[in-house]
Amino acid sequence: MFDRYLIGENGFRNVVEDGKTTGFQLEVRIAYYRGLGLSMLEGFEVAADEKQFPREDNLFTVRGRTFTQKQMETEYDERWEMGEVAHITVPLPGGLAAGKHEISVVEYLRVSYVPFITTGKDKKTLTLES
Amino acid sequence: MSTIKRGVSLYSYQEEFYLRKLSLEQCVAVSASMGAYGIETLAEQMMPGYPKLSDAFYAQWHEWMRIYGATPTCHDAFLDTKKYNDRLLTLDEQVLEVTRDIKHAQKLGAKIIRMLVICSPELMERCAPIAADHGIWLGVEVHSPWHIEHEWIQKHLEVAYKMGTDKLGIIPDLGIYVWRFPRVIYERYIRNGAHENLVRMIVERYDSRGDLKTLPEEVEKLSGNSEDIGLARMVGHFVGSDPLKLRDVIGAVKHIHGKFYEMTEDCHEYSIPYHVIVQTLAEAGYDGYISSEYEGNRHLQDAFPVDSVEQVRRHQRMLSTLIGEQQ
Repeated sequence: MFDRYLIGENGFRNVVEDGKTTGFQLEVRIAYYRGLGLSMLEGFEVAADEKQFPREDNLFTVRGRTFTQKQMETEYDERWEMGEVAHITVPLPGGLAAGKHEISVVEYLRVSYVPFITTGKDKKTLTLES
Repeated sequence: MSTIKRGVSLYSYQEEFYLRKLSLEQCVAVSASMGAYGIETLAEQMMPGYPKLSDAFYAQWHEWMRIYGATPTCHDAFLDTKKYNDRLLTLDEQVLEVTRDIKHAQKLGAKIIRMLVICSPELMERCAPIAADHGIWLGVEVHSPWHIEHEWIQKHLEVAYKMGTDKLGIIPDLGIYVWRFPRVIYERYIRNGAHENLVRMIVERYDSRGDLKTLPEEVEKLSGNSEDIGLARMVGHFVGSDPLKLRDVIGAVKHIHGKFYEMTEDCHEYSIPYHVIVQTLAEAGYDGYISSEYEGNRHLQDAFPVDSVEQVRRHQRMLSTLIGEQQ
């Protein structure tokens, strides 16, 4: 549900810090019909052109606050609201090359009334914004 | 004309809200414009920041109710029993969570809270006096694959009768009366690659009330692919129970989720026998709301534009006719 809206069409870009490209970033939305507290997000697996990036390394940013997956585990106040745009930052020295990339994301959610971890999945071809 | 009242669960507009095509205020306004003045809300869906909502938010909410002539009916509570990744919430913690929901419902002006079917009868019993102190009635949602005669729901009913049905009861979700398997669901499976002949077999099995337990294995043996097997499993989560049995429990029913999957152009629900249900409720003297709850968007959004407003409009037209309102 809402999987097709998971990856945002905009905001796909390399991240530059102190003049160095350290990774890339993309927009994501929750694949669920309500918001969740961050402690119930079990992370995001990102792949760019088949190259997989592990969930543990990604950063999640919502309303200007950034969390590692480990920090989210014990974040009991902040929420990710339904339809709200958040950002995933994937560390990758040098970033991605200019142009189009096939991006896929698997989002893991711990929904209390579901007996398993639910996943949202989306794949889109995005063009890196300069 | 019966005394049944019409309302909308704003859950119905989740697609438009998600995509920021409708705001909370617009969801209220469009419902009231259909004569569906009872507004049911999901704070965790459309009230960002919940449970920390400001006084200004509640003041704005009441202003909207006044402007659009609407009435808050029900707050749909969730219960994050898996908030912590290493343990479930204790019963005491669950009571605290529900107390938070009770206070929110009271501030909204809603008199009813929808409790998830996973809530235990023990939790309901603990929360009943707290809710009553705040003028709130708690109803466990009877949602497929559960149904009213199910042992778990019967346990909930026992607690409701013990504590008083002025405090506790059930909220039937009309998705427990799926007599015909929803077309919008199996058509999506076909778009995803399910075989039409196997889909036909699965749907016919469901519609004829055949045995669904062994269906996934049977489909697998017929060289079904993952979509075929997925549908064979999915039909097992649907329920086509008997609406006449509502009469036996009507005293414990103060609110109803008017679940629907597809309203046709001539304002019929494809899969749920609303004519039988509404007549049964009317004869039993039910005077609460039927709250339209559209759940077709997720089955269409891959291929078609979703128009939840039009779907709710048709559902409301159907309810208005069945209730016998003057047209």
